[in-house]
Amino acid sequence: MTTSTVTAPVPAKTSGKSAGPDPARQRLRRRLAQWGFVAPAVVFMLLFFGYPLVRNIVMSFQHYTPKTFFTGEAPFNGADNWSSVFQDVLFGQALWHTLVFTAGSLLGQFCVGLALAVFFNRRFPLGGVLRSLILLPWLVPMVVSGIVWRRILDQDTGVLNTFLDTLGLGGHTPWLTSPDMALLSVILVNIWIGIPFNMVILYGGLQEIPRELYEAASLDGASAWRTFRSITLPMLKPVITVVLVLGFMSTVKILDLILALTDGGPADATQTLGTLTYQNSFVELDFGAGAVVGNVLILISAVFAVFYLRANRTEGK
Amino acid sequence: MTAHPPAAAHRALGRSRGAVTSFAAVSVLIAGAALTGCAEQRDSDVYTVMNSSTDETYHRWDAEAMARCGERLGVTIEQQSVPASQVMTKALRMASSKSLPDIVQFDASEMPTFADAGGLVDLRALGLATDDIPQGIVDFGSYRGTYYGAARSVNTLALFYNKDILDEAGVPVPTTWDEMRAAAKKLTEGKRYGLALSAGGAEDGVFQFTPFMWSNGGDESDLDGPQVVEALDYWKALLQDGSLSKSTVNWTQADVNDQFMAGNAAMMINGPWQVETLNTDKSLHWEIAQIPVPEAGADSVGPLGGAVLTVPNTGDTGRERTAGRIVDCLASEKEQLTYALNSWMVPANEKAAAKWRAKVPELDALADQVAAARSRTAKLGAGWSGVSLALQSAFQSALTGQSSETALQRAQQRATSGN
Repeated sequence: MTTSTVTAPVPAKTSGKSAGPDPARQRLRRRLAQWGFVAPAVVFMLLFFGYPLVRNIVMSFQHYTPKTFFTGEAPFNGADNWSSVFQDVLFGQALWHTLVFTAGSLLGQFCVGLALAVFFNRRFPLGGVLRSLILLPWLVPMVVSGIVWRRILDQDTGVLNTFLDTLGLGGHTPWLTSPDMALLSVILVNIWIGIPFNMVILYGGLQEIPRELYEAASLDGASAWRTFRSITLPMLKPVITVVLVLGFMSTVKILDLILALTDGGPADATQTLGTLTYQNSFVELDFGAGAVVGNVLILISAVFAVFYLRANRTEGK
Repeated sequence: MTAHPPAAAHRALGRSRGAVTSFAAVSVLIAGAALTGCAEQRDSDVYTVMNSSTDETYHRWDAEAMARCGERLGVTIEQQSVPASQVMTKALRMASSKSLPDIVQFDASEMPTFADAGGLVDLRALGLATDDIPQGIVDFGSYRGTYYGAARSVNTLALFYNKDILDEAGVPVPTTWDEMRAAAKKLTEGKRYGLALSAGGAEDGVFQFTPFMWSNGGDESDLDGPQVVEALDYWKALLQDGSLSKSTVNWTQADVNDQFMAGNAAMMINGPWQVETLNTDKSLHWEIAQIPVPEAGADSVGPLGGAVLTVPNTGDTGRERTAGRIVDCLASEKEQLTYALNSWMVPANEKAAAKWRAKVPELDALADQVAAARSRTAKLGAGWSGVSLALQSAFQSALTGQSSETALQRAQQRATSGN
């Protein structure tokens, strides 16, 4: 390092003479340095994102079975995996469940999260304590909350039904045991888990909005609703985009919560693309079919990522 | 610094070049480490066994058995335990990186998949004898006629009942389906259900359905056959009677045991691996009987469960031979008896099983059930997992409203198209 400083000639700019090395060499050196900075990121991306992605796409066109692990041979079988997955009734169901689950979860998480963020945006005694308590669901590992909720939602001995029973509200709701209810219950649990994340980010966004705007609005005699609609929402828009897109990415590929709550059941009522690819790859050991479902998931996420980037770009202008 | 900005820029440039060099050095090091990791040299006297004994007690029992066998054979045996659901995928990954352990303990229903891929060595070729093992258990550890897996112990399902509750209600232990249905109905009272079983969406539920399917003459290759439909209708009837909890479709076998221990069920279908937990409650008086059959006099056919010790195909014949001797020792009559008495499972070896019966007469019914039990993969081999998934979906649909016939027709369609 020191040597390079010592031997480095004084740049032409300060010396004013042409004694230094030719500018072409210097430009090359600068370029190399630039690439040197970019290279680690590129290598990392190629190794940990590019390779698995390409591998997963290739795998979806291969007959990839347990035998492959021994022989290393996975013959290409054209679009066989794709057609067999698309012909499976379960795939259509899982796709629909995934969409309902994602839309329902995001809507619930966002509305409740925003309401709480606005609520905590006012200063009041114990506000900080309450706000940190609401973060709790976020701190609990997903599998743990899944198992706890499975007990809470048990039809006969669960806390929720017992509670409803004492209130005289029936208390025989088949939360996780009826195919008609299970998806809704899973969505409700996921909303509970997602609220803190939405609240924290939106709260951060609210804090950024200048107080003067609200003061001006109140001087103009704007109602609370009008202030929210004309100041809060527009000012919060970039943050809202981030929250929704990040929420979408983590919700659409849900696996652990559903495995812990229902295992995709009853009668495949909570089967999503995430559980389906898990089942194909690690229960049936049909890695080709699993890769197909995984690719569909990546594709869905990618479409939304493009929307996100575009939204960001227009925001920047 | 402001006086010589270019020099500072140069220093930065030099630093960055240094950083690039060190990055390159680090990546070379990492790549080197990864490569040497693949070609890891095995210690000649150290043998590894991969199993799913993640529970403290099982891990300890296995470690003790391995220590005894290691001493006898003059080698060190190391135990590597991973969760049961990960044994197969981990073994496959190890196979592709040529780092398979010397012995893998698979669940017997998974063994055919690994054997089918060409991953296992014939145990008879390694000198293991099967003279003292009942044919059913030899088949249990075989795939396409080759004996790949030595079972130390086997298990199956039985009917567990709460003696106090049955005595109080004056209900005799049921032996037929009709008797069980009537008994369950009579024993259902308040918050207590007559019977608990698992119809969860995983292998647990399928394991529990098989004794009903098989005792009725049904077959896994003909899921929409009338006998299977009848068996599923029987489950539906129990649920409609209110003798089974509606949560049955969401319960694992461990949940069923919890319900039974909490007094929420008078009887349950479960296996001997729950005995250890059941015995922690001294006030609970339970006994076991064979699973009731459709008609009096019919055979009660349960599913054979348990794990088998296998020797993976690593290409190193010398090590495979020693691994075979280790399996032979771990599955010897003496070790089987010790293991079976610890874990409440039934020894695979006939002589050990006879001694075991004398020591735990309360589990006699279980030993009978094991003798007539059937292996899930004997007929379908590696195709079982597809059938199992289709069957799970079918009984869950039927128990939540669909007709058994429609549900099973769809299952049969799914199972045959999937293979």
